Amino acid sequence: MSYIRLEDVTRRFGAITAVDRLNLSISRGECFSLLGPSGCGKTTTLRMLAGFEDLDEGEIHVGDRLLSSKKSGYYLPPEKRDFGMVFQAFAVWPHLSVYENVAFPLRVRKTPAAELDKRVREALSHTNLTDAAKASPADLSGGGKQRVALARALAINPDVMLLDEPLSSLDPHLREEMRFEIKDLQRRFGFSIIYVTHDQSEAMALSDRVLVMRLGVAQQVDTPVNVYTRPANKFVFSFIGLSNFLDVEGDGTNFKTSRGGLPLPCAPPPELANGPSCLACRPSEVEFTGEEGLTGVVARKSFLGESIDYRISIGEQSLRVQKGRRSTGPEPGETCRLRFIRPLWYPAD
Amino acid sequence: MATIQLDGVGKRYGQKNVFTDLSLTVPHGECFTLLGPSGCGKTVLLRLIAGFEDPDSGAISIGGETVASASGDNLPPDRRDLGVVFQDYAVWPHMTVFRNISYPLKLAGIGGKELEERTQRAVDLVNLGGLEQRLPSELSGGQQQRVALARALVANPSLMLLDEPLSNLDANLREEMRFEIKELQRKLDITIFYVTHDQEIALAISDRIAIMDDKGRISQIGAPADIYERPANIFVFSFMGMANFLPLRRAGENLTAGDGQPFPFAPPGGDDYVAGFRPSDVILVRPDKAGAGFLRGRVRRTSFLGAMLDYLVEIDGVLLRTALESHFALERGLVFSEGEECAVGFHSLHWFTRTEAAKAGIA
Amino acid sequence: MSARGAGGLRGGGGFGAAGVILTLSIGILIIVVAVPVLLIFFNAFWADGSFNVRDVIRVLREPDTYQALLNSLLIACGTTTGSTIIGTFFAWLVTRTDLPFKRFMKGMFLVPFMLPSFIGALAWKMLFSPRAGYINRFFMDTLGFENPIFNIYSYAGIIAVECMYLFPFVFIQVCGALERMDPTLEESARISGAGLFTITTRITIPLVLPSILSGALLIMLYSMAHFGTVAVLGIENGIFNIPTLIYERIHQSAGSFASIRTGTVLASVLVVSAACIIWLQNRILTRGRYQIIAGKSFRPMELKLRGLRLPLLFFCVAYICFTIVLPTVVIFLVGGLKTYGLPFTLENLSLANYKFILFEHKLTRDAIFNSVSLGLGAALITMFAGVMISYVIVKMKTRGKGILEFLGMLPFSVPGSVIALGVILAWSGKYGINLYNTVWIILVAYIARYMAFSLKANSAALEQVHDSLVEAARASGASMWQALRDIVLPLVRPGMLAAFFLIFLPSLRELTVSIMLYAPTTRTIGVAIYTLNEDGETVISAALAGVALILIISGQTLINRFTESASSGKG
Repeated sequence: MSYIRLEDVTRRFGAITAVDRLNLSISRGECFSLLGPSGCGKTTTLRMLAGFEDLDEGEIHVGDRLLSSKKSGYYLPPEKRDFGMVFQAFAVWPHLSVYENVAFPLRVRKTPAAELDKRVREALSHTNLTDAAKASPADLSGGGKQRVALARALAINPDVMLLDEPLSSLDPHLREEMRFEIKDLQRRFGFSIIYVTHDQSEAMALSDRVLVMRLGVAQQVDTPVNVYTRPANKFVFSFIGLSNFLDVEGDGTNFKTSRGGLPLPCAPPPELANGPSCLACRPSEVEFTGEEGLTGVVARKSFLGESIDYRISIGEQSLRVQKGRRSTGPEPGETCRLRFIRPLWYPAD
Repeated sequence: MATIQLDGVGKRYGQKNVFTDLSLTVPHGECFTLLGPSGCGKTVLLRLIAGFEDPDSGAISIGGETVASASGDNLPPDRRDLGVVFQDYAVWPHMTVFRNISYPLKLAGIGGKELEERTQRAVDLVNLGGLEQRLPSELSGGQQQRVALARALVANPSLMLLDEPLSNLDANLREEMRFEIKELQRKLDITIFYVTHDQEIALAISDRIAIMDDKGRISQIGAPADIYERPANIFVFSFMGMANFLPLRRAGENLTAGDGQPFPFAPPGGDDYVAGFRPSDVILVRPDKAGAGFLRGRVRRTSFLGAMLDYLVEIDGVLLRTALESHFALERGLVFSEGEECAVGFHSLHWFTRTEAAKAGIA
Repeated sequence: MSARGAGGLRGGGGFGAAGVILTLSIGILIIVVAVPVLLIFFNAFWADGSFNVRDVIRVLREPDTYQALLNSLLIACGTTTGSTIIGTFFAWLVTRTDLPFKRFMKGMFLVPFMLPSFIGALAWKMLFSPRAGYINRFFMDTLGFENPIFNIYSYAGIIAVECMYLFPFVFIQVCGALERMDPTLEESARISGAGLFTITTRITIPLVLPSILSGALLIMLYSMAHFGTVAVLGIENGIFNIPTLIYERIHQSAGSFASIRTGTVLASVLVVSAACIIWLQNRILTRGRYQIIAGKSFRPMELKLRGLRLPLLFFCVAYICFTIVLPTVVIFLVGGLKTYGLPFTLENLSLANYKFILFEHKLTRDAIFNSVSLGLGAALITMFAGVMISYVIVKMKTRGKGILEFLGMLPFSVPGSVIALGVILAWSGKYGINLYNTVWIILVAYIARYMAFSLKANSAALEQVHDSLVEAARASGASMWQALRDIVLPLVRPGMLAAFFLIFLPSLRELTVSIMLYAPTTRTIGVAIYTLNEDGETVISAALAGVALILIISGQTLINRFTESASSGKG
C-alpha cells in the first residue's frame, strides 16, 4: 500500500532541471533509498519532501495529507509536516544539553511535562544515550552526535524519517554500526525511511527498495538484489558495484573484441548481434578457464588480503578480475583464458 | 645503492619511549612498507631516516654510510640524497608546478637545458604534462600529490621515503595512485620506504612489510602473503583485516565450541586456545548440507553489499562475520534470511593462546 | 608531529642564530612594551619610598577622578548597549532576510570602521552644537524653535556618536557567525516543528550569542579607553572620562609630580579593567564559541520581510545617509567655507582652505609630513620586528616563547593613553635617554601600540607554513638558510605586507597617543586637526580632516583591492 506518493514532481534551478517528473510510491514502514552520484537530484527530492524546497510541478502526498502541490498552490511548511529528519552534519544544537535537544520538538508542540519527560527518556534509551542526557552534544563523538540527532527525530514518533547522508561524516567502522542501529530502530517503531546516500553499499545493505537517479531522472526503482543483478541500463550497472566493459563487434554469428579481434566465448542477444555492442561484467563474475574462452594476458596481479586483484589485457582493452584469496590463478605476464559468468549486454556508445 | 640499515635505534620524547633497540635492514631496490596503527611511532622512524630527527641510541646507515648515530654529528637531511613525500603533500604554494619540481635540481646546481629536460621528464613520468605553469592551489589533491612525487624523484635519489602519501585522497584515486607508485619504483630501480596504517595499500604495493605494534615493536617482517596467511601473533592477525575469534573449551575427550558442539580441529598443543579465522576461511552451507566437522549456527543479520553478501552468524552466543560472493550465493541458494539456521565449516584456522588473546583484549 | 620541533630548521650550526634571535626578540618587547607599563604601576603604587595603596585610593576619591571613572563606565555601558543592538539588528537584517541590496548594505555598514571617530565627532559638533550647529540653527532660525533640538555636548551625544563608529565591531562578528553557521542547525529546528520566531529566539540567537558578546566586549574595551569623541564633545560641558582626564592633567600641569601621579593611578585602573575585559572575552571565545560552521551547505533560510521590506530598506538607507554621508559631507563643506558659521552657498565655498593647508600653512604641512613619516617608520620597524618575534613564537620550540607571546599581545589590553603615559615615564631622561618633545618618542609609542597587530598578522602567516613545507625543502637538498630564503620568506611576505598596512593606515589618523606626546613641531595629522579645532580654526581643521579622510579612504580601497587580488590569485 502506498503511503508516500510523489506525482510528477519537478524542480528546476535556473536552466537546470534538478528533478524531472519523478513518480514514486513508498509504503508505510518501508526503507527506501535515493541513490546516485552528486548532483543527481536525490537531495533536492528529499528537501522537497521535507518542505525546504518548493515544487515547480507535481504533488506530494503522505497518507491522506497533501503536503505540496504546484497545481493548487498548496505548500505545508516543514514545521507542520511532523517528520523526523537527520542531517549529514549532525545539526545538533551545541547550546542545549542532549536532553534538551531531544525535548525540543516536544516543547514546541507544547507536550505536557510528564509526557515529554517520558518520551525523551524513551528516545534516549533507544539510542543508548541515557547516560549522556545531561552532557553537551559538543562533548560527544561524531557517532554520539548522530545518535542525538536520531533521538531528536524519534521524539515525536514520526511516521516518516528523512535521512540525508546521515553516516557520511562518521568513521567507516562506526558507519556500519550506526547503519544497523537505524535498521533496528525502524523495526521497533515502524516508520518509513527515506534515505539519501551516494554510497551504494550503504543503500544496498539498508534498503527494501532503492531508486537510482541520474541528472534528475529516475533510472530504476527496485530491490537491491535486482538493481545489482538486473540493472536497467549501463549507468545503473556501472554505478552499483565494480564494473567492467568490453567493446565487442559482431556479424550475427561471430563475435570478437574490438581493437584486438579476439574471439568471444559468448554471444550478445539477437538485437545486438550485428555490429558493435558492449559487454558488461563484474570483476568477481569472471572465471579463469583452462583451454577455452577469451584470451588475455595478466598485466598486474595484487594480493589484497581477502581477494586477489588482476588486471588482464584483452588486446588493447583491459579487464579487472577479482578472485577470492584461496583461488589459484595465472601469474603476471602469463596468458590466460577467461569465461564470463553472467555477462550483460548493452548497445555500444 | 641505497640499503637502509637500522642498528639498535631508540627514540624518546620526554619520558616516553617511542621505540627502543630497533634493528631493520631494507635492501636496495625493495619496496618496503612499515605498517602500524596510528600513533605507533612509524612516522618517527621515517623522520629519523630522513634526518628530521636524531636517534637517542643506535645508528642509521644509508648505502653503507652512517648518517645518524647517538654520538651526534649527523648528516643533515639535505645531504642524504633522499626523496620525501609527505601526507599533506607539502607542495610549495607560491611556486608553479614546474618550479616546485625543478627546485631540487636548482639546489644541486643544475641549470639551463638540463634542468628543463629533467624536470619535463619528471612531469611526464607522473602524467602532469600541460599543468606545468599551474599553481598548486589550482590542482586537485591527486595532482598535488603527483607534484610531490615528481619533486621527490627529479634528482634521481636512490631512496624514497613516503609518509602516508595517499591517505588524503579519495578511494578511487588512492587505488590508482598506489599502482602508479609501484610502477615508478620498478621503472626507476629505487628503494622505497613507505609508512602507512592502511593494510590494503601495504599488501598491494610492498615487496616486504614490517608490522609495528602500538608499543613501537616490530611484530613481523615478511612478504604480503606471508603476513596475511601466517601472522606471527594475534596482533598481526587482527590488524591485517576482519578477524573472527572462537573460544574453545575442553569437555572430556572433546574440544567444544560454545555450549558443547564438538569442535573438529585440534590446537597444536595444550587446551587453552582461541581459534582465529577470516571471513573467507568460513564455509557457510544450509544445515542439511553440513558434513562432518560443521557447527550449527544461526544467521543473525544479512547485508547485501552488491558483490558480496555479508552475514553475521551466531554460534552459541559467539558472533562471527562471513561473506559470500553474491553470484555464488545466488547460484547455490545460499541467500539466508535473518534468523535462518545454517552450518559453518572452516577452510583453515589460526590458533592463539587464551593469555595472548586476553592481553590483546579479545575473548 | 608538530610537538616534535621544527626538524627542518635544525642543523647547520643554527643554534647560535636561534639564541640571538630569541634574545633580541625578548629584548625588544621588554624595552618597548613591558617597561612603560611596569613604570605606570610602579609610579601609581610606589609613593614616598614605599608601596602605598592608601594613597591610590585617596587619588581615586578625589571628586574629579571619581567622576571621570564614573563617566568612562557610563559612556562605555551606554555605547556597548547601543552598538550591540544596532550591530546585531543590522547583521541579522543583511544575512537572514530578503532585504534588497544586501551586499551593498553590508559594505556600507562597514564604512564606519575606516572613519576616525574624532573626525566624526567634529562633524557632529558642527551639526548639533547647541548654538552654532547647522541643524540646531536651522530649526531655531528657520522653523522658529526656541531651543536647540539636540545638545551634542552631553552624555547622550557622546554615546550616540561612539555608537555610530563602534557598532561594526558587533556587526562584523555577528555577520560572520550567521553566514558561516550551518543552515541545517536551523532546518532541523524547523522540521522539529518550530516556526521562524521560535527558531530565531531559541536556536539562532543563542548560537551566535558568543559572537555578540565578544563583539560587545571589544566595544566596551574600546569605549572605556576612547579619547577622541569625549575630548571633542565632552570638554565643553566638563564631561571627562579617564583618557581625557589623564590628557588634561598632564597637559595642563606640564608634567608635575601630582598630575603624573593622578595619571598613573587612572591609567592603572584602565589597564586593570581592560585586562578583565580581555580575560572575559577569551573565556567566552574559548569556552562558549560553538562549532557551528557548515560542511556542505545550502543557502540559509531567509525571512521574507513582505510588507516591511521597503520600510526597512528605507530605514537602512536613511541610517547610512544620516550617520555616514551627512557628517562626511559636512566636513568637506565646512572645510570649504571662508568662515565657520556661514551658510553653504556657492559664493561662500572655495578650495582656498585646502590649498592653504596643503601648500602654505607650515603647521598642517608639518603635520602631514610627520604623520606619513611616523606611519612609514613605525610600520616598517614593527613589520620586521614582528616577523622575527612571530617566528620565535610559532616555529621555534624554545623556552621563553610564552613570555614573548604574552608581551607581544599585552598592548592589545593597554589603551593608547596608557602607552603614551608609560612612554613619557620611560623616555623622559629619567633613565638616561630623553626623547621628550621629539618625534622619536611618538615613534617609540607607535611601535609599542602597534606591535600586537604585526604579531597577529605575521603569526597567522607563519602558522600557514607547515613544518613539512620546510622539511620538503631540506629533503630536496636545501640548507636551513636556503629553505628560509626560498620557502619561508616568500610565504610570509603577504603577512608582512598586511602587517605593514595594518599599522600604516591607523597611524595616519592616530590621535590618542600623539596628543599626549606632541611638541609644537611634532604635531601629527590627528593632533593638528584637534588643536586647530580647539583654537577655533574650525574651517582649517575641517579642511585638514577632509584631506585625512581622502588619504585614509583611498589607502583602504587600495589595500582592499590588493588583498582581494592576492587572495583570489591564491585561490
